[in-house]
Amino acid sequence: MALLTIARETCKGCGLCADVCPRKILALSKEINSRGYHPIAVTDQSQCIGCAFCARMCPDAVIKVEK
Amino acid sequence: MGQKMLMKGNEAIAEAAIQAGCRFFFGYPITPQNQIPEYMSKRLPKVEGGCFLQAESEVAAINMVYGAAGAGGRVMTSSSSPGISLKQEGISYIVGAELPCVIVNMVRGGPGLGSIQPAQSDYYQSTRGGGHGDYRMLVLAPSSVQEAVELTQLAFDLADKYRNPVLVMGDGLIGQMMEPVEMPDYQKPADLPEKTWAATGWTPSSDRERAIINSLYIDPAVLEKHVNHLYEKYAVMERTECRWQEEMTEDADYVIVAYGTTARIARSAMRKLRAEGIRAGLIRPITLWPFPAEPIARAAEHAKAFLTVEMSMGQMVDDVRLAVEGKKPVHFFGRTGGIVPTVREIMTQVENLAKEGE
Amino acid sequence: MAVVYEKTNILTDTPLHYCPGCTHGIIHRLVAEAIDELGIQGKTIGIAPVGCAVFAYNYFNVDMMEAAHGRAPAVATGCKRVNPKNIVFTYQGDGDLASIGAAEITHAATRGENITVIFVNNAIYGMTGGQMAPTTLPGQVTTTSPYGRDPALCGYPIRVSEMLATLDGPAYIARCSVHDVKHIMDAKKCIKKAFETQIAGKGFSMVEVLSSCPTNWGMTPREALNWLEANMIPQYPLGVKKEVE
Repeated sequence: MALLTIARETCKGCGLCADVCPRKILALSKEINSRGYHPIAVTDQSQCIGCAFCARMCPDAVIKVEK
Repeated sequence: MGQKMLMKGNEAIAEAAIQAGCRFFFGYPITPQNQIPEYMSKRLPKVEGGCFLQAESEVAAINMVYGAAGAGGRVMTSSSSPGISLKQEGISYIVGAELPCVIVNMVRGGPGLGSIQPAQSDYYQSTRGGGHGDYRMLVLAPSSVQEAVELTQLAFDLADKYRNPVLVMGDGLIGQMMEPVEMPDYQKPADLPEKTWAATGWTPSSDRERAIINSLYIDPAVLEKHVNHLYEKYAVMERTECRWQEEMTEDADYVIVAYGTTARIARSAMRKLRAEGIRAGLIRPITLWPFPAEPIARAAEHAKAFLTVEMSMGQMVDDVRLAVEGKKPVHFFGRTGGIVPTVREIMTQVENLAKEGE
Repeated sequence: MAVVYEKTNILTDTPLHYCPGCTHGIIHRLVAEAIDELGIQGKTIGIAPVGCAVFAYNYFNVDMMEAAHGRAPAVATGCKRVNPKNIVFTYQGDGDLASIGAAEITHAATRGENITVIFVNNAIYGMTGGQMAPTTLPGQVTTTSPYGRDPALCGYPIRVSEMLATLDGPAYIARCSVHDVKHIMDAKKCIKKAFETQIAGKGFSMVEVLSSCPTNWGMTPREALNWLEANMIPQYPLGVKKEVE
């Protein structure tokens, strides 16, 4: 099992991470952060394989991946 | 002082710069200053840590100066009027980023490509900043090769002291003329600040802040504060860095104000006028900015009139008028296009004033 | 649990000002990771451009200089000549490098100046609001080519990497893209290689990175990357253009 930690306040909700996730477990939140963006969130952490595609695709370096 | 040598102005300036610790020179060919980069290209590779580079343009040269100054190097560039115009962008950035450097302008006739003969028509450009934005440069105007040597060395120290570019403003004559010169034994002033701001490599464990060499302040309040800080430096320069030479002004009825090559001719005219019984005097600004208003204001108390002589259509005369504050008439005589005024021409101007009783 | 991936400390904690989905952020990260992995933070000097990356000095946790528009290679030259042991890189966009700074980049390259250039090509002027760039594709609509770039009127886009690769000075020139994870990994290798070229003293190195501008292209971040792949790569073929052993 892997763990994603998302810096919600610096995420701009571009969604590029969700596109590249092989397990499709990333989606934009309904809530907005302090800068007015819908940050990305993990829908099912148990499915994460820790491939870090999301983190490598992220333009704002908001994702930390642990395994 | 060392041995007396016969040197061309341009070469003497280059050697003086090296003696003062200048190790980096970036330039581009333009007449009448080519002997400066040529001399540097010969000498700097033989000096430890020295680097001469001929840039692809004046624009590139001044930006190489920006990079070298930002890295903490003692650096210089030189050019002549059209080339100095091209450098204005970089000069503005250098001022904004508070970097020290020395720029030499061997002024030639303008506007446009103008001529390659001596002129002083870059006075406005030099003393009013030159590029965009609120700023000043210290401007040093030598009138002999010996003085060019001394002012070039002073320029490096002043640049470092104030973290501001210093312009040495000569003209084609100062650059091309050969005169006997003694190279001073240059001593770097002990009180010059360390360049702890320079970008030389940093880690979080370094004992200084991360260096950011920059002139961008996007927040208007922060930019205003930055410009105010620059002007605090300029206020100190105005108080402490004004330099001039006065000759026979104490009893003068007619005070000639001239700088650089023109001041030498004006001096001859003044002496001949004295021999004719006309009490003439000379004030020679050595710093064009800050402008020596004080001796001019003092002379305005007793003189009948002023005559400003320039190799231009009249630029410094504005500063003379500001200094005189309307107390006495300020006249102007100038030749331009690369023509040097003669002693006789200047004498005639003053003789006419004396005849009119002004 | 072990860390598989996290932000390198060579990026500061200042949030990037780039638009959502702009790939400048990815390229910043790759440059920072290369600096980190090569252990050269303490001797690296970055030169920021004018353009979208003008604030790069806020993001790279190294000594930085901010250059005038297009002049970063000249500034880098001055910096490197004073302290040749420093690792000096410029980070420039296509307007900065290929238009107003065409002379500076060409001459830094032909001198074999021992610096590294990160050239971000997104075929448009981003910061100023989407004007035509020297790299804008034929037919591409921008705010100053509203009918599409017409080569008969304003010529063709410049392939900078190929052009500079014809010179004898450069030691390493490559073009990469960041439109998907595989290409991001490739771009990272090229950027690292470019820095290694400089560390080895081989001379001028440049990595051109094809990048997106969702805001000014008028697309979502994903659409922009698809457009990049479909339109920019045919115009700007990827690969190593020059490598001196």
